[in-house]
Order: sequence, then structure tokens, then C-alpha cells
Amino acid sequence: MSTYAYYPGCSLHGTAKEYDRSARLVCQALGLELREVEDWNCCGASSAHMVSRWLALSLPARNLQLVEKMGLETMTVPCAACYARLKDVSCELKDPEVRDKIGRVLGGQVTGRVTVEPLVGTLTTQEILDKAAGMIKKPLAGLKVATYYGCLLTRPPKVAQFDVPENPQSMDRLLRVLGSEVVEWYFKTECCGASLPVARTDIVLDLSRKLLTAAKKAGAEAIVTACPMCHSNLDSRQGEIRGRYGDDFKMPIFFFTELLGLALGYPARELLIANHLTDALSLLQGRGLA
Amino acid sequence: MPRIGVFVCHCGTNIAATVDCGGVAEAARGFPGVVHATDFTYLCAEAGQRKIQDAIAEHRLNRVVVASCSPRMHEPTFRKAVAQAGLNPYLMEMANIREHCSWVHADRQVATAKATEIIRMVVAKVARNEPLTAKQVGLTKKLLVIGGGIAGIQAALDVANAGHQVTLVERTPTIGGKMAMLDKTFPTLDCSACILTPRMVELSQHPNIELRTYAEVLSVKGFVGNFEVEILQKARKVNHLTCTGCGTCWQKCPEKNVPSEFDVGMGRRTAIYIPFPQAVPNKPVIDTANCRYVRHLAAKERGEKLMECRVCEKLCPTKSIDWEQKDEIIVDRFGAIIVANGYDTFDHSVYGEYGYGKYPDVITGLQLERLMNASGPTKGEVVRPSDGKHPHSVVFLACVGSRDDKVGRPYCSKICCMYTAKHALMLKEHDPNIQTYVFYIDIRAAGRGYEEFVRRVQEEYGSTYIRGRVSWIYPQDGKLMIKGEDTLLGRPVEVEADLVVLATGITAAKGAVDLMQTIGISYDTYGFINEMHPKLRPVETNTDGVYLAGCASGPKDIPDSVSQASAAAVKVCGLFSQDYLTTDPMTSVVDQMKCVGCFLCEEVCPFRAVERETLRGGKVVARINESVCKGCGLCVAACRGEALNLKGFTDQQLLAQVTALLRA
Repeated sequence: MSTYAYYPGCSLHGTAKEYDRSARLVCQALGLELREVEDWNCCGASSAHMVSRWLALSLPARNLQLVEKMGLETMTVPCAACYARLKDVSCELKDPEVRDKIGRVLGGQVTGRVTVEPLVGTLTTQEILDKAAGMIKKPLAGLKVATYYGCLLTRPPKVAQFDVPENPQSMDRLLRVLGSEVVEWYFKTECCGASLPVARTDIVLDLSRKLLTAAKKAGAEAIVTACPMCHSNLDSRQGEIRGRYGDDFKMPIFFFTELLGLALGYPARELLIANHLTDALSLLQGRGLA
Repeated sequence: MPRIGVFVCHCGTNIAATVDCGGVAEAARGFPGVVHATDFTYLCAEAGQRKIQDAIAEHRLNRVVVASCSPRMHEPTFRKAVAQAGLNPYLMEMANIREHCSWVHADRQVATAKATEIIRMVVAKVARNEPLTAKQVGLTKKLLVIGGGIAGIQAALDVANAGHQVTLVERTPTIGGKMAMLDKTFPTLDCSACILTPRMVELSQHPNIELRTYAEVLSVKGFVGNFEVEILQKARKVNHLTCTGCGTCWQKCPEKNVPSEFDVGMGRRTAIYIPFPQAVPNKPVIDTANCRYVRHLAAKERGEKLMECRVCEKLCPTKSIDWEQKDEIIVDRFGAIIVANGYDTFDHSVYGEYGYGKYPDVITGLQLERLMNASGPTKGEVVRPSDGKHPHSVVFLACVGSRDDKVGRPYCSKICCMYTAKHALMLKEHDPNIQTYVFYIDIRAAGRGYEEFVRRVQEEYGSTYIRGRVSWIYPQDGKLMIKGEDTLLGRPVEVEADLVVLATGITAAKGAVDLMQTIGISYDTYGFINEMHPKLRPVETNTDGVYLAGCASGPKDIPDSVSQASAAAVKVCGLFSQDYLTTDPMTSVVDQMKCVGCFLCEEVCPFRAVERETLRGGKVVARINESVCKGCGLCVAACRGEALNLKGFTDQQLLAQVTALLRA
């Protein structure tokens, strides 16, 4: 059994509880031990890097320091925004000057030896795919999905070092293994507007509507994502979009771990899929998946 | 016994303002071997030179030290002056008390002391100078031109017209290069082929030019005036001596589906082919990778059955198909080489945001040239590769593979702004209903009539120029959506297009680095040749006798390439105007008694001047080819056994300098 430090981030303790729940369940099923980082703090995403470079580096660095103290080598991060910050600082820590300065800020050295990977990377290695394939209890029965990675998972490519920057494939491969039909579309890494939900809701509505339109046009019955920000925007804004533009998408938005959990036989209730703001259960029930 | 004269120059006030020149001369009189020392306002002036010459006679001087500026300025002047006075020119040394002293110091006392010490060192050195004599070697007055694009063609014609023999080697089956692929040229919109093909024909018929197409340079040995070159003549499987170029074979060849290199994949060609109708030579080659008969033979060997074809052989009226023809290696001697190996366009498949090169209606500028060309695959009709329909909205993206660190191409490709403007104009001429959009970073239109041309495209031809890079292209409903930023308005923009044209930048030609290494010339990280001097010696390489022209040294447009070609030709003619070449005697020399034959020197020599010589006892030792050696001294530093020495800078001379300084 491999052990990972698990950094849930604020979303998975709040708006994306179902992501947290499903992630823990599928990891357990697949033999990955997740140990939540003890006393973890905010990764600094969304605001710290706008304010201070050293704050933006030190916040995630403290989390890496905690993992080092736990004696673990690898940290897996479900949230794309957290991943971006943590991966960024793990790259910056290669510079001894930066390392020393952050060490001074934190009041203790951080080596930066911890490998940071996104949960979607951890769960889509060939080894895991093979393992999952053998454990499927409920194949997804041709559920037509659009995989949506969002803007942060693969960018900037030099830092993120994850998948093909403009046309990532990890989730596609996983969902095909689970028996899903993955539709061809071009918006896999487009922005949903996640950094502007409060200040410029109009932009979020416009961008999210474009994504939903494109997914629908591509024939998707649902969108699958690996980011709580994307999920929150796409899942919670459909009512407002209907109000403003008249489009009634009724498009269920899943975390990839939820669909993985379903395929591995967990009931939708246990995966907290009922928490979604846009109804996802009807689709699943119609396919005998919930 | 050395009788040394020291001459201290004031250089007006350049030296005299910070150095007490009279005092320095006075001090120099006390240095070992110095029998005469004096100072003067301008030693480089005629009066100054005469002063030195007179002193040589009067004081019977056999060594001279001129304390003045850098030897890079006036060493030839003073060498000539002492030679006229009957002294071997290499018995004169310069002490640099200007750049190394007066110009960089303010304190007169300290500067004077430093100048004195510099001269003390040079006096110690010159006492150990030996007379050196330049050697003369003969030369082969024949030029090798590598590359048959417009630069190579121009250079070959210029040198041939000056009466010298020229061999032009071209890798593809025809000369003409990229220029032959173009429809029109900016900013005058001359038909490219119309101005190029007469040159191609002139070249092929020139009595002084030997044309070798479908050939490559395999190896280059030797040195300026005496290069020995191996050329690989690839088998064409067609006897070009008997072939009349009637065209029956390529019209009847049943293998018609080979993507045409000349049409950049926009069209198809046959297996036996000429790249385009005006190709020179106008005789075909057989592309053995795609020929049905060659494939049949290969299958037969494997014990499989495949239809035999040989249609070309059956139909050829002159029986010119020669299946037995093999690759051939030709060895020839040349006195000079012009490298004009051209360029390739950037491969845009690394741009994921533009579809990784997979969208059929996202094409390159060069592909559009072929679509617009009357002799191109669509007979000049511009249509979408995906469905053959006429485009109405065409979007151009500048700087694809240029000015982009992300893809390792930070440099500007220089021609794209202009060719994109030309394309926008030409499309409008083809079909006035076409709307064009150009996404650009900056417009770089430096050149005669260039800026005016771009303005015309915007104002008269109504092309919409949007300043900003495109972030994303994606297909939607049979069209392409282009998302970018208008950085002038600070706003995202989206444009719908039927056809997208990428202005792909210039990269070094495929195999350029291998070629540079074969020839032994230096190149930069991108595979472009480094000039000897970027401003003052722009068509010379760091290897004597090897010149460059065109995009071999970086992005250039046609007029620049042609100018460089003619410049390189003049350099060659200058070289060929001599019957002998004089070599610099300050070269390395091997003490073969000390040499152990480790050949570290051979490894470090950037000029391939180290040769191997077997002594009578069978011992293999190094020998320096003095015609090739540049006297850089790398081998001397590398030699572990002190077997190597640099004439004019021997260990003894340099040690004497250091000792003189330490004893002071």
C-alpha cells in the first residue's frame, strides 16, 4: 500500500465535500493510503500571489514543510488551484536563495524534497488504471461525458508538468476504462472564470455558459472535472445562466472521483452526489447507476 | 646580443595626459638590452615611423618596442615600418599603454608606473623574439557552392561570370530553393518564378558551372585554397545524359499519391517526378521510397508478391531509366566554399493551442503560397484543404515560432510581417469578398517600400490588423474560432475564420548543424552560422576560405540574401585573384622529440590544423599544418609534455615577461 500526504485545501472541507468524500473512498478502495497533512493551512491561491511574492511562496511552503515532518515523500492534491500553488513553490524551492529565505520566514528549514502531484495524476497512472479496470462493479454504460480539466492543472506547462498542456488525456483514459464514452471537444483547458465569481459574476456566467454550450453541442450528458472551482462555477451557475441567457442546460457536473466511486460500486448517497446544486441523480438513476 | 630600441608614443593627449611619456622613455633606457629609448607625439604618423627607421640605422637596433595603442590598431603599420628599415617584422613588439593603461586610469603617477612595467615586460619578451617568415602556398581556383536557392545561385553566377570554375551542390532534385515556391515577392509583387527561373536556366547553361542536384557534401578536408571535398551524388535511377525531359514518365507513373515536398503537402506528385514544371534540371528522379517497382523488388526479396510496374521504363523513348544506378561519391578540390544552405520554416505542431498541427484548415504561409500559385496544386485557386470550399474569412497569425521563448525561438524571423501583408493583399486580389484579419505583436517593416506596403494592405485592402497574440484556435460548426487579445483595446476578441494562416518563422535548415560540423565552421544555438564579425565581416565564417550567404546565418529576405551572395562572391574573387596565399607565421610548432602522440591537441584544435605523422621509428606524432593553424594557442595549453609552442608567443618569451614583472 502506498501512502500519500493528502492536502484537501479549503474547498474540500466546504463547498466540495463530495469531492473529499469520493476521493477518500476510491483511494482506499484502490489501495492508496491518504494521510491528511496535520495542521495544514491555506495554500494562498486566489489572493496571496497578488499581494506578496513571499507570502504566496511561504503559505504553501509551510504545508510542504509539514509533509516533510510527517516523513512522507509524495503529496497528492485534489484541488487544481492548491496544486498550482504547491507545485509552484516546490519548483521555486530548487533555488537555494529562495529556500533559505522561506526557511527564515517559516522559522525552520524546508528542503522541498516532497513531490507534489494532482490527485487526478495519482489516480490515472497505468498501474491504477489497470487495477481499477479489474475492480469495476458498475460500468458507466456509455455515459457520454466531456472531460474538463480547467485552466490550472496543466499551466504553466513548465511548472505544472502534468499531461499534455492543451489537450490533456488523463481523465479521458480513466473514464474510458470505467465504460464511459468521452466526447471530443475543444474546451478542456478553457477558463471558467473561477477567479472572478464575486467581482465580475457577468464574466463567470459568460465563460461558464460557453463551456456548457460547447459540451452540450459535443453531445455530452455530463461534464467531469478535477477542480472544485470549476465544479462550483459550472454546477452552481446554471440557474443564473438560465435567468440571464435563457439556456436551460440541466447539465450534471461530476468530480472524476465520483464517477470512479460509482463504477467501483459505491452508492451515490455515500458519495454525497445529492449535494450537487444541478441535479445529477436523475441522470444516474436513468442509467441504473444510482 | 639584442640591441633594443623603445619608442613611447603620446598619441596626442590620449596617452600623454595620464602617462609621463618622457619619464617612461627615460626609465626604459635602464632595461636590459635597451640601447635607445625616446618618445614622440604620433608614432603612427609618417614622421613617427621615420623616427623609428632612422633610429634602427643610427643605433644598429635589432629589436624594436613600440609603446602605444593596441596591436589590433597599428601592428601592421609598425611591422611594415621596421621591415622597410631592413628588420624582420616579427622582431617588433607593441606595448599597449593606451587601452591597457592611460585610457583606464586617472592617476598620472600610478599610470606612469604601470606603463613602465608594461614596457619592461615587452622588452624582456622582444629580446627573445626570433625572425619569422611567412610561407606561400598555391591554391585551386574553383568554388564550391552548397545550396541551390537564390543565394547559392547568385553567388555561383557571380563567381562564374568572373571567369572561375564553380560547382554547385543541391540536396533536392532541383535548384530554386524556397524562392521557387513563392507566388509573388514583397513589396513589388513581382512574380517570383518569373524573376528566378531565368537565373536558374542561366546557371545550368553556364560553361563555368558544374551543377550537381540530388547531391550532398559528405566531408571537407584541407584548408583555404586547398579544400578536398567528398560529394555524394544520390542515385536518380534516370540517366540524365540521355533523358530529354519529355515528361512521359511522370505523366504516366501510376503512383500519383506521394505528398509533394515542393507543394508543402498541399498537392501530390508521382514517384518519378520533377518537383515543379520549371525545375532545373528539367529531368526527373525516381523517389525509391515510393516507386512501385523498387517496392516490388523489396517484396520479392522478402518472399512476398507485389505487382511489378516499370511503366516509366516501358514508355521512356530514350531508354533512360537505369535501375542499376547507384549512389556515387565524387572527390574534388576547391579553393573556397560558399555555404548557402538556406532555411526551413518552423514546425508549428508544437503549438497545442493552435491544434498541434492537426486542423486541416490551419495552414502555413508557405502552404498558402502554393495554393495561390498558378502552377500550384489548385492552379492558383485558394480553397480550404478540408472541403475545397472558398474561404471568406481568413485569419493570419504572425510570429508563430518567432519571438517566442516558450518554443525556444526568441528571435524575430524578419520576413513574416511582410509576407503576411503580401498574403492579405493577394487574397483580396484573388477574391474581393474575402475579409482578412492579421494578429500581430509588432509590425516590423524596415526596408525600402515595406512600411508603405503594409499601410496599403491595411488602408486600401481593408485588412483588419489586431495587435495581440492568439491564445487558442478551435473548430466549431465547420469553421475555426480564433480567440485572442486585442492589446490595444485591452479586451479579448474572438474571430470566426474559414481558413487560418500561420506565419511560421525561419529556422535553420534541416541538417544544418551536421553540415557546419562537416565543414568545420561555428554556428549558434539555433544552427545558424556565426559570421567572422557581425558587422565588418558578415559573409566570412571563422574558417578561412569558407563564406556564407542567405539564411544560413539567420533570417533574411530575398534582397538581403542576394546582396550577401554577391558579397561572398567578391570575397571569393579576391581570394582567387592571388596565385599564392601567404600564411601567418605565428603558428604552433611541434617539438617531435617531446611529442608522445596523445593528440589532445587534435581534440582541442578548432581549425583541424593538427595532422598525424609517423616517424621512422614508427612513433606517431603531431604535426601542425601551418596553412590551417590560426595561432590561437589552444593546443599549446593542452599539451602535457610541453611539446607544442606558439611562434611569436613561446613559453620562453612569456616566462621572460612574467619574470621581468616579478623582478621589478
